[in-house]
Amino acid sequence: MNRINQKLQETKKILSIYFSAGYPNLNDTVQIIQDLEKSGIDMIEIGLPFSDPLADGPTIQASSTQALHNGMTTQVLFDQLKDIRKMVSIPLVIMGYFNPMLQYGVENFCKKCAEIGIDGLIIPDLPVDVYADDYKATFEKYGLKNIFLITPQTSDERIRFIDSVSDGFIYMVSSASVTGSQSGFGSIQEAYFKRIAAMNLKNPQVIGFGINNAETFNQATQFAKGAIIGSAFITHLTENGTGKIEEFVKAIR
Amino acid sequence: MSYNVNEKGYYGEFGGAFIPEMLYPNVEELRQNYLKITAEPEFQAEFDALLKEYVGRPTPLYFAKRLSEQYNTKIYLKREDLCHTGAHKVNNTIGQILLAKRLGKKRIIAETGAGQHGVATATVCALMGLECIVYMGEIDIKRQAPNVARMKMLGAEVRPALSGSKTLKDATNEAIRDWINNPVDTYYIIGSVVGPHPYPDMVARFQSVISKEIKEQLLEKEGRENPDYVIACVGGGSNAAGAYYHFLDNEDVTIIAVEAAGLGVDSGESAATSALGKVGVIHGSKTLLMQTTDGQITEPYSISAGLDYPGVGPMHANLFATGRAQFISITDDQAMQWGLKLSKMEGLIPAIESAHAFAVLDEMKFKPEDIVVINLSGRGDKDLNTYIDYFKL
Repeated sequence: MNRINQKLQETKKILSIYFSAGYPNLNDTVQIIQDLEKSGIDMIEIGLPFSDPLADGPTIQASSTQALHNGMTTQVLFDQLKDIRKMVSIPLVIMGYFNPMLQYGVENFCKKCAEIGIDGLIIPDLPVDVYADDYKATFEKYGLKNIFLITPQTSDERIRFIDSVSDGFIYMVSSASVTGSQSGFGSIQEAYFKRIAAMNLKNPQVIGFGINNAETFNQATQFAKGAIIGSAFITHLTENGTGKIEEFVKAIR
Repeated sequence: MSYNVNEKGYYGEFGGAFIPEMLYPNVEELRQNYLKITAEPEFQAEFDALLKEYVGRPTPLYFAKRLSEQYNTKIYLKREDLCHTGAHKVNNTIGQILLAKRLGKKRIIAETGAGQHGVATATVCALMGLECIVYMGEIDIKRQAPNVARMKMLGAEVRPALSGSKTLKDATNEAIRDWINNPVDTYYIIGSVVGPHPYPDMVARFQSVISKEIKEQLLEKEGRENPDYVIACVGGGSNAAGAYYHFLDNEDVTIIAVEAAGLGVDSGESAATSALGKVGVIHGSKTLLMQTTDGQITEPYSISAGLDYPGVGPMHANLFATGRAQFISITDDQAMQWGLKLSKMEGLIPAIESAHAFAVLDEMKFKPEDIVVINLSGRGDKDLNTYIDYFKL
């Protein structure tokens, strides 16, 4: 069974962390992944940096730019991760934009992910319709779960469609925003979280965007299976380097 | 074979809507409504009236006598430089603002490089009394101070794009992020035939008034609707899309697209996307774009701020891939020399973008009876500082 499905069957709430591969330093990637697992993180999203990350706010854009500057490329990331499964057993997801994957070759990209032991992909600018028509078969051939986003503006009908195409989890974007631009959840978010919870989707939901501390993590996981922290962790890396990852995680949960 | 968009939003293999889910409701709303709304007689009447009374259309199709004599062929110039605000850009912003109003939007955002589309957007927002925010790269804000001042006079807020290379591509990223953050009341007026479907088709349709008028005017002047050649410069490609539109499926008309070679196609300082680009995804569209082997989008260069976009619209990518259009790239120096030459020979100071199109006259041989239409997409007032610096005027 895919590690994502397995992890989501556990009774506990999931805490997932996103970071940009190759940040703060090019060769920090593997160490950060290991430290995150040791600190009790349930799942990791490894950001493949892109020059033009449309759905990201300033924090992740800056870390992506720095990572590219450090020399990160698709091939470098794959090389860094080649022995990762000897060290780490939690689910690993690569999150990146479509163009670098297209240039690597979508089939090659998927094949490489499968060899390494990557469990899934999140590609914000690959729409579910294009995926279903053109790439689903390839992803399935290599046992990769493709994770789709929904937002407060996504219609029920489309959520049902996304649920039908998905097999892993649904990434619930907490509010209408790019990454890293929220502070705290209000009644509008709660109503949205409740609405989705009441839809009884076949895929569990994990909430991301705007989770930055214990309070927002607890709020989100009242209604969903788990939550994802991205920008707040990048900011932590920027301020503290890779030395205090456990402290960051313990402050959340 | 049609060179127009298909029902799925593709031109051949190019186009589509590669957008984050956060943008889906907005883009889908537009996709479902743009053809319906723009086909309404009231919309058409209002659009046509504004183009006539406010923009100053139809723009003349001017027979360039001295140029024609020198090149021993019949050269007509489509005078988009005479449009209000100084370029063709306003044809599109008029159309989109009318659409935005009918969709009930209250807040308008736009991206701009040289500032021409920003000025055209600020202008129509002033006309309609709508809030206007224009994203512009920090570097471009410094390079294009007069257009920044024009936008401010027109009541727009100019927000600097501080990310990435701080130019047009980053201004576009910032505008898209703004739209993600403001999904309900905001409408994004894209300035070229780029972005996710339906933008490339919608912008091409609003600009298609250019070739519609060329046909009518040629019929009157030459007794025939179709020229032998239609020539336009291509950055993102909106003036070209408008100039080609009604000739796309008539293969008797040779289409020539002129890109900016910058310091030379192989110099590393160029914006010649057809020569240097590969298929990829930028700003929601699958098209030809300049990128590294790793798929990171690279920064183009041209002396003309309106041509330094790392991609081309998907229509143009398809015209290139199918061979329907002939692509030529022209260096900074060739374009600048033509800016001077057109000024002295015809009394027309062209935008540097448009000056690129004229350099084709030195690259190709035309027959005396050929009818060659060049789209003079904008006037050169905005480029005066560049001309002054270049020629030490």
